[in-house]
Amino acid sequence: MNRTFYSSLIMDLSRAGRRGYALDDHGFENDNSIPGHLLRDSAPILPQVDEPTLVRHYTNLSTNNFGVDTGFYPLGSCTMKYNPKINEEIASDRRIAALHPCQPAETVQGALRAYDRLQHLLSEIGGMTRFTLNPYAGAHGELTGLMIIHAYHDDHGDLKRTRVIVPDSAHGTNPASAAVAGYSIVEVKSRHDGTIDPEDLKSKLDDTIAAVMMTNPNTVGMFEKNIPEIARMAHEAGALMYYDGANLNPMLGVARPGDMGFDVMHINLHKTFSTPHGGGGPGAGPVGVRAGLEKYLPCPRVDFNTVSGMYEVVTDDKNSMGHISSWLGNYTVELKALAYILSLGGQGLAQAGPLAILNANYIKDSLSDLYLLPIEGRCKHEFVFDGLKDKSTGVTTLHVAKRLLDHGFHAPTIYFPLLFHESLMIEPTETESPETLDRFIAVMREIALEAANDPDKVKDAPLYTPVRHPDDTEAAVNPRLNYRSL
Amino acid sequence: MIKYLPTHEYINVVDNDTALVGVSAYAARQLGNVVYVEAPEADEEFSAGEAFGAIESVKAASDLFAPLDMVIIEANDQVLDNSRLINEDALANWIVKVKILDPSQLDSLMDQDTYDAHCAAEH
Repeated sequence: MNRTFYSSLIMDLSRAGRRGYALDDHGFENDNSIPGHLLRDSAPILPQVDEPTLVRHYTNLSTNNFGVDTGFYPLGSCTMKYNPKINEEIASDRRIAALHPCQPAETVQGALRAYDRLQHLLSEIGGMTRFTLNPYAGAHGELTGLMIIHAYHDDHGDLKRTRVIVPDSAHGTNPASAAVAGYSIVEVKSRHDGTIDPEDLKSKLDDTIAAVMMTNPNTVGMFEKNIPEIARMAHEAGALMYYDGANLNPMLGVARPGDMGFDVMHINLHKTFSTPHGGGGPGAGPVGVRAGLEKYLPCPRVDFNTVSGMYEVVTDDKNSMGHISSWLGNYTVELKALAYILSLGGQGLAQAGPLAILNANYIKDSLSDLYLLPIEGRCKHEFVFDGLKDKSTGVTTLHVAKRLLDHGFHAPTIYFPLLFHESLMIEPTETESPETLDRFIAVMREIALEAANDPDKVKDAPLYTPVRHPDDTEAAVNPRLNYRSL
Repeated sequence: MIKYLPTHEYINVVDNDTALVGVSAYAARQLGNVVYVEAPEADEEFSAGEAFGAIESVKAASDLFAPLDMVIIEANDQVLDNSRLINEDALANWIVKVKILDPSQLDSLMDQDTYDAHCAAEH
């Protein structure tokens, strides 16, 4: 099936005088209540279209997109689980949407209670003492967490700690966030199975290390079994343990970072807690801390005053690391996550991880005769193939990913992690049906056979998408950022 | 004489104390199409193992490490302007021309056979 790429701009469809409504002006023409100097001289340049044109425009634009509502989205490391529609209904409720951040606290007690409730639930889930919900995204959460760690060491007069340890398998945001927080990076090497070598870590720990950042399960989907030992060594050296919550999903309701010895963590609400990844945002990256670090959390924060029985917004505190956001973060995203947690309940949440792990292992074991599995054994929520087993055809991971598009699937994550040359990283999440998994497995097998019998066809993929072969090198070297120059 | 680092930089010695430094053909193949190369200005000095620049492809980005103690004579402007040249011929399209400060450090680098074995072991 050949689809076409819809490329009109709404302004191209505009015709002078065309209207999509028929309202009289209710006397505004003769309204003199707005001072003359505040009135504009000419009408604003707005699209002038009839309603059917408007609706068709946006409906057609939406067909250019591929999302979890369109089809299977096995993008490793991103936890593209289904976003339940009840979350949207609650977050778009008029009583929420009409709130203003400057409203006096006594008029928004319900909204503040919801913030505090989610803060408590995330603390329970993460094994932490308190959370801030303010950071706008995962990497923003990382930066916030590292600034809290900075504030903690500064507070203890421990000013030598200028370096942060990051494994070579980490998401690129880890070293980037540490650098933005003013730290230099010390890399620890992974062993063959992607886990950290405690001996290598030990040799790098000294009194200049501020923190050790880790993801668990790690970015190849393996659980770090040595984590209590690693945490003990880090703490002995005076460093704090930072947990990157990107892969929290498989542990949800089963294991807690706080119990493993982590001091600070962030959670990606748009991964683990089913809020949309949508178009680059908005996301949310709440940060939790263990007891003793609460006072460094950013402001504003929501406190419950037991005397007045009211929630209060605390905008300043001398111990706080400061402000990292205006107001209380992406509030409607927080509400969606709260709705998700409450609708699943404790038992429901504890089922998400095991089902995600089952789905990942089912796909892995159904394909490992045709795709190269560099790390044997049970994976957690995701796993990595190192390309096709048969390397003689010249068909690479990139070609396989492009061919998947022809079959209506989103591509997995490719060429990450960097531990392997042909990484193809698959994360199905718990929300996919057995039928979807079987269809994906069948297509992946078909592509492997096609690579053996007709490699040029796979290398030429995608054959049926609206956009076929962008020159990604040219795009990186000479990006054309203006729509008109396309 | 050409010698290599385990991190896939080569150093091509053209006379007693002058050499051309770039990335190996193997590294260029693994990186895929190179889209950006960052190199230092003339006269900057680097010690062995220090990052002196960066290389970015459609797949990955990586630091470039100094094979030995060296002073930059010049960067290869042709390569900086058109980094794809590295994929065409990695050896001809060096990244920096350097003055070698301590020729004895060449002895500790990998020769062609050792480097080929190192690449084979990466698979």
